[in-house]
Parts: sequence; structure tokens; C-alpha cells
Amino acid sequence: MVAMTEAIESAPAGTTEFTVVGNSPAHHDFQDKVQGTLRYGADWKLPGMLYGKVVRSLQPCARITAIDTSAARELPGVVAVLTASDVPFNKVVDNASGGLGELTVAQPVLAEDRVRYTGEPVALIAATEPEIAAAAVDLVDVSYADLPGIFDPEEALEPEAPLVHEAGNVLVNWRIGRGDAAAAMAAADVVITGEYRSQHVEHAYLEPESGVGWSDNGVLTLRVSTQVIEHASQIARILDVSENKVRIIASYMGGGFGGKEDMTVEPYLALLAWHTQRPVRMVWDRQESILASTKRHPFVMRYRTGAKADGTLLAQEIDIIGDAGAYPCLSARVLFAGAALAAGPYRVPNITTRSRAVFTNNVPASAFRGFGAMQVVFGYESQMDKLAERLGLTPTEIRDRNQVSKGDTIPTGESLHTAVELTATRDLALARLGPRSTATGPGCRVGRGFASGMQPYGRTIWFRDHASVWLTLQTDGSLLIRSGVTDLGAGQAASLCQIASEVLGAPLEEISVYIGDTALNPPAGGTFATRQLYMSGNAVLSGARELRDSLAAVAAEELGVPPDTLVWRDGMVRTADSSGQNRGIRLAELAQMCQRRGVSTSNLHTWRARGGEFDPEAGQGDSFPDYTYGTHAAEVEVDTETGVVRVLKYAASHDVGQQINPVRVQGQIQGGVMQGLGYALMEDHALIDGQPVSTLFANYLIPTTMDMPDIEVDVVESGEGCGPLNARGIGEPPVGPCAAAIASAIKDAIGVRPNRLPITPERVLELIDEQAAGRVAKDGDHE
Amino acid sequence: MTKTQVQLRVNGRTHELWVGTNRLLLDALHDDLGMADVRYGCGEGVCGTCTILLDGEPVSACLLFAVQVEGREITTLTGLPAADAESHPIQDCFLQAGAAQCGFCTPGMMLTALALVERTERPTREDIRYELVGNLCRCTGYTKIVDAVEEYACRRRGNGSHD
Ligand code: FES
Ligand code: FES
Repeated sequence: MVAMTEAIESAPAGTTEFTVVGNSPAHHDFQDKVQGTLRYGADWKLPGMLYGKVVRSLQPCARITAIDTSAARELPGVVAVLTASDVPFNKVVDNASGGLGELTVAQPVLAEDRVRYTGEPVALIAATEPEIAAAAVDLVDVSYADLPGIFDPEEALEPEAPLVHEAGNVLVNWRIGRGDAAAAMAAADVVITGEYRSQHVEHAYLEPESGVGWSDNGVLTLRVSTQVIEHASQIARILDVSENKVRIIASYMGGGFGGKEDMTVEPYLALLAWHTQRPVRMVWDRQESILASTKRHPFVMRYRTGAKADGTLLAQEIDIIGDAGAYPCLSARVLFAGAALAAGPYRVPNITTRSRAVFTNNVPASAFRGFGAMQVVFGYESQMDKLAERLGLTPTEIRDRNQVSKGDTIPTGESLHTAVELTATRDLALARLGPRSTATGPGCRVGRGFASGMQPYGRTIWFRDHASVWLTLQTDGSLLIRSGVTDLGAGQAASLCQIASEVLGAPLEEISVYIGDTALNPPAGGTFATRQLYMSGNAVLSGARELRDSLAAVAAEELGVPPDTLVWRDGMVRTADSSGQNRGIRLAELAQMCQRRGVSTSNLHTWRARGGEFDPEAGQGDSFPDYTYGTHAAEVEVDTETGVVRVLKYAASHDVGQQINPVRVQGQIQGGVMQGLGYALMEDHALIDGQPVSTLFANYLIPTTMDMPDIEVDVVESGEGCGPLNARGIGEPPVGPCAAAIASAIKDAIGVRPNRLPITPERVLELIDEQAAGRVAKDGDHE
Repeated sequence: MTKTQVQLRVNGRTHELWVGTNRLLLDALHDDLGMADVRYGCGEGVCGTCTILLDGEPVSACLLFAVQVEGREITTLTGLPAADAESHPIQDCFLQAGAAQCGFCTPGMMLTALALVERTERPTREDIRYELVGNLCRCTGYTKIVDAVEEYACRRRGNGSHD
């Protein structure tokens, strides 16, 4: 048997003898979750604790003429009422993303002289009981004078449009360009045009935004449900204290999906706890969360796709407009991802893409699983289907002719440096559908479709990402992992345990992982952009190997064998088996030996991702570290009487490089599909002139058990990825292909291609009516 | 707000507390009695994260006032009679199936499922889906949850304790 070091480093995936990685231990957070004992953001209480509430604007666009807080202050039990003048530094400025002509626009913590969206925070209340705080909210009297608002991003681009911010309505304008798209388009045998629209989508994590803040020893501590503890520096700025005076602890989240990537309750808790010097809890009502939390950007996507008669793509001209809402949040970055991925996993020698984030007086949009790269899948996959149809090719043939492979150049000018297993994922997903179902009634039609996608994992390269971890072997042989990672519920912390266990041989039961605390953990960056397995996984892998190297020197001397022949497993380090002289030392003994010799059993390690530059002028340069590819296949039944679409079968396949925990990988894919199907068929946070049609959870429909078929998953392990042990990230990738796969299946069933999301029964009936009226072109597109 | 004294029977024990007449049962359980497994998710009776068993039937604690349930038997997840010291068999099934991700929906999901299997010895996957329609989950896509409940029903039949 070879030593573990060799096995991990040199063996190709699939043949590697992992003992912990690649298994699905039901450990760590899973245990607490099924016991019901995990403590989320709201499950924290301190003596003397107050309850905080936010007073929010009921107007989407207005000047604040007066705020009268006197009645609220007089209510017995109310301890504090704060407005903008109580905020030491009333600005949240998102770091510039590096985009062309990007505006610097600050978001006030509390609105001062004007409000820009319905739900914008105007004042804060702290009271001794939650019921009193809620009553006080209604007593704050804010007088508004209406201003003309703008609610449609395309109208906001017009010269006479009211300005959401004085600086202008276009937050950022990205351009990606390669070759000569105009000339290539003119020379193309066939040009396909298409316009696709998506909607505002609510994250709808089951745990609302929540947390508790308190101040202690002059340090303000916030224990909150957040993806990003690094917001501590923003909080320090807002309070006008130095950064060492703010500590953020992230509780395990009851879901986040990007919605807890920007700050939620943090600044409000901080202000109330700082002013009152008492602990404060804040939990947003579900209705408040639906009203005011960030949403997924609605995109308007316009495509012109030029190809040769044999289907080879020649050119793409793509224009994307994203509704950023009233403040920047992460819109610039979302629209960059949309631009970079707009052509999908297809070779395009000539391309020009423009992607703009546009301010409106709608609720701010920001990060949401898929982050711009998911909206465009509906665009590029619909275009591929239409092109195939126009040329008399099958959807499979058109993709075979254009699909990227390892080594190909993508529109940003980068070349793909890891395996592209799209064909394998497609074969698996399509095979899973099995025999075609028969329609259940006379008005019902069955259809099938598939869609492929690519989704980046890891932050944009020019942010020069890094993550740190601190590993300590204790004298009893147990292992501590300390990492600033936050856990969304996808096993971010648990997977670190598996990797460390694999390298050091400490059993999982003897590993504790302490996460999400700016005071006690080395920073890992937030949990977003499908980056934590990639970043912190690599940090743990290389940090654990470094630690093992220093421990190995001691063990090797003790056992009289070369260090690289040692086997680390089951809480022991052993000599290799072959001699029959298997001898070993328990990790506890080894730790004590190290201590006696003055060898540290602790290692603080920082892992750095590859750096690079992007030239926004040229629209060329480094974008993302790598991508996860996949294909989904769907079978639907459309009831042509009611317009209802039922998903009969759904199969999803992704190449994840190497699975760390197969059950969690499957879970990510199945859950991602659920969100993708909700996005495709039902979810819509509809706004009329900036006012939500409803803020009830009863009206914001997310898929229930009755809406979801069993999701069949096939995982491909190419053994090539940039994550630890060649893994790829799988958090975001599964939401991308769903809407396109469903739209394609609906087209197959009824002969008309949906181009607007969600594809509700009303819209399906409209499509059927259009078809009956002869308003549909031959390839299913609307005339 | 005037407060009244109520006696709540929760997980086999009687608790005496003073609450306002508008105190939701959910808040009384979560905050006054410190039961973190009964959770606020919507306050509308839609999401199911506040599910409890009231005399054995799953109900939403956010739709009841604490003063309404005096004399009734309330069971929360942590009060389930465990087969061994550690956990109830339905918890083992959820654990093994990987039926929890963020875990926020999990206690409510299990309680609803438990009541179903109590009534229906051999639920089909469609029965399970029908019963769990009021327990939302944003993470799992439900497939593994249905697997876990199916497995639990199967194990329960195997134990022969149902007939
Ligand atoms: S909190 Fe009771 S059903 Fe959602
Ligand atoms: S596991 Fe997160 S809501 Fe169900």
C-alpha cells in the first residue's frame, strides 16, 4: 500500500483510495439539525434583551418632509427610536467592481431626506417586548412628498427619465468583445434573434433575517444569520469606531442563497445595541422580508446569433439589462457574470456583449444563487434550440457542433483549462428520462427538453481571493479547525472536516470545526460565489498537509521509516503495511511527542487563488477561476385547457470533479433544481410602480412537495477541478439550466416557445392563443 | 397589556407562565419556554416551521394564542419519545437519507410526517407529498425528505408496532 500523500497527490480520481472523502458521513450539523437543537439567528437570548424593529418607507420615491417620533417614544416599553441623524456614518458603499464608468452611489443606513424604494428603512425602534416594538412602528409618523419614480429599467435608460440617483441611472456598463461580430453576422447564413425576460425572485429562505447584538467590554458583537462576517468593517464605519471594536459571529443559516450576502439586520442591530447599550434581537417578519430584502435581478436579454448553414456559430450580439433597483448592492458584479457567461458553453469566434445594471425605484436586487450567470442560460439555450430548428438539426446536433472543450477560448479571451464533460452529463440526463409518458387526458400534451449550462465557481479573478484556516492537533489526538467560513446549510463546515480527516487521519468524531467568528477565526471570505469548497477546502487541504509534514518528521524518526511512507488513518499514523511490520503511533501520543520536542501541532495557513486582470475597455481578460458544467432534462405535461404545466420527470447531471460528500452533492443539485423550477414556472415578486402586489408568503408561491417530482441525479467525476482533490463547486450550478429545460419541453409539447418567466398557466394559455391566431413563426418564436 | 396565567402542557411537563392574551403560542414556546425547535418562518400558517403536535395532530403554532391551548397536550420535536436514549427512529431516517440541509424546516417536517405514518401504515410517495404540502423546504427539493418518510414508514411496519 502506498502512503496517503502519494495516493492523494498522484492518483487520478475514481481510482484514488480515499477513506473519508467520497463518503457521506451523517455527521456534524446534520446531527443537530435532525435533533432540532441547532441554534439559528433568532435562538439567542440575553438578560435585559430588547426587541428591534425597522420602520420602513411605504413610498417608492418621495422626499421625506418630516419624521415625528414623539408618539412612538412615549409608548411605555419603548427604549429607543433612531433616525438618520443618530447614525454616525450614514453610508454603505459597496466596493467598486472595476466596471466601466461605474457610479459610486452610497446607500444610506437610514433614509435621510428621500426614499427610493418601498421598504427602505427610515427609523429604528427598540422596545422591551416585540409586541411593543411592533406597535411603536405604527406610531412613527413620516411625512412624504411624492417624487416621480421610474420602475422599468428600459424606461430608466431614456434621456428624460427621472433620476434615481443624481449620478445617473446606469450603475455600470460591461462590455465583452472578441473578433468582429458585426462583420461575422453580416456573413452568416442564418441569423436568429430572440428576446427573453426574467422576473424579480425572492430568496425565500425559511429562516428570516435575524440576529442578536450586544456590547461587552467596549466591543460590539453581532450574532447574526449572515453569509459574510467580513461586514464587520462596514459596521465599524457606520458606528464610527475602529474595526477591532466590532465582532461578528455567523450562526448556521436556515438558508441564504445570496440573500444574506449583503448586510440584513446587522447595521440596525448595531445601532440599537450601541445606542441603548443593551442586547437587542431583531427578526424580520416574513412579510417584511418579502417587501424589503434583495431580490434576483430581472433581466431583459436580447440575442442575435449568426451561424453557418451547417450550424457552426459565427457570431453573437447580446444585450442585457438588469434591474438593479434603488441601490447598487452587488448589481455590478451580477451583471458582469451575466456578460461573461452570456454565450454559454459554446465556441463563438466573434462576439459583442453589453450588460448594464440600471437603477429604478424598485426593491434592490443583488446576489441570488446563480448570480447573473443563471439568467442567461434561458437566453443562450433558447437561441441554440431555435437555431437547430431553423436549420433542421436536432438540439443535440447543434450543441455537438458548437460545444466548448478543454483548451477552447471563451469570449473573455481565456482558455478553458479543465475538462468539459457536457456530453457525458447530457447523455446521462437524457437517458434518465426513460420511456416517454403518455398524456393523462385529451387536452394534455407531453413534451421533453433539455438544457446545458456553465456556472463559475470562485470570485472574479481580479479580486485576488484568499482564505485562511487554522488547524490544531490537540494533545488528546482530537483536531480543531478554525475557519471564518459561514455555513449556509450546504455542509460548508462539515466538508472541511472530511478533508482534514482524509489528510491527517483524525476520525470525524474527533474533529471540531469552529466557524464564522471574526474574533476567533482567521478570515475565509464569505460564503458566496460557490467559493467555499474551492477556497476554504483548498486552504484546509494544503494547511493540513503542511501540518502533517511537520508531524511526519517526528513520527518518522520514532518509527524509523521515511516520512512519506507513513499512513494517516483511524486516529493513528502507521508504517505502510507491506512489510507485515505494521507499527503505529496514536495521534494523541504523536501530539505529546511533538510537544516534548518543541514541534508545533498547530498551523495557520492561507490559500491564495490565482490572480489576474480584466480590461473593461477591451472587454477582455481574466474572469473566473473555473466552471461547473451540467445538463438537465425534463418531461412535462401541459394541460392546454388550463395552461397548467406539470413536471413529470426531471433529471440533472453535473460534473463535480470529485465528490467530497455524495449525499450533500445530490442534495445541492436536487435543491437547486427546486429553486430553478420555481423560477421557471411560478415564482414572481410582482411590483406595480414599485409596490409589491403582495408581501404574503401565501401569495409568493415556491414549489411545495406537490409541485416537485423526484429529482434524478447523476454525477460525473472528471477528476478535474480547481477545488480540493480536484473538486468543483456545486452550490450555484444546478439552478441555471432549469428554466431553459422546462421552456424547451413546453415548446415540444405545444409548439410555441416561452420567452418570458415565469411560465405561468396564464402565459401558457396566451402562447396557445397566439399559436391559434397564427402569430407564431415556424421555429416557435413570436413574430 | 394585561397578562394572564396559563398552564401549558408541553412534552409531558406542565409549565406555568404569564402571557399577554395576544401572545402567540409560537412565541410562548420559542421565547418564554426556550424551545428552539419551534420556529418562526412566516406567521401566516403557510410554511410549517412552527409545526407542533396538538393532541397528536400537526398544527401551526403561529396561528394560535398561548391562552387557547390550556389543557391540551403539546409535543415538539425535542419531546418525541426516543427509541433509544439518542433519537427517535424518524430522526434516524432523516439523518441517513440526508433529508436536511439548512435544517430549518426539519422539525416541522418530521412532526407532520410522524402524524401521517401514525394514520397511514403504508403511505405512497404521493400520500407523503400530499401530507407534507404545508411544510415548505427551500433547500432539499423534497426528494430526500420523501425518501426518509417512506423509509420510516417501512421501518415502523417492520417493528410490527402498528397493528
Ligand atoms: S411560522 Fe407558522 S406556518 Fe410559518
Ligand atoms: S432544509 Fe432548509 S428549508 Fe428545508
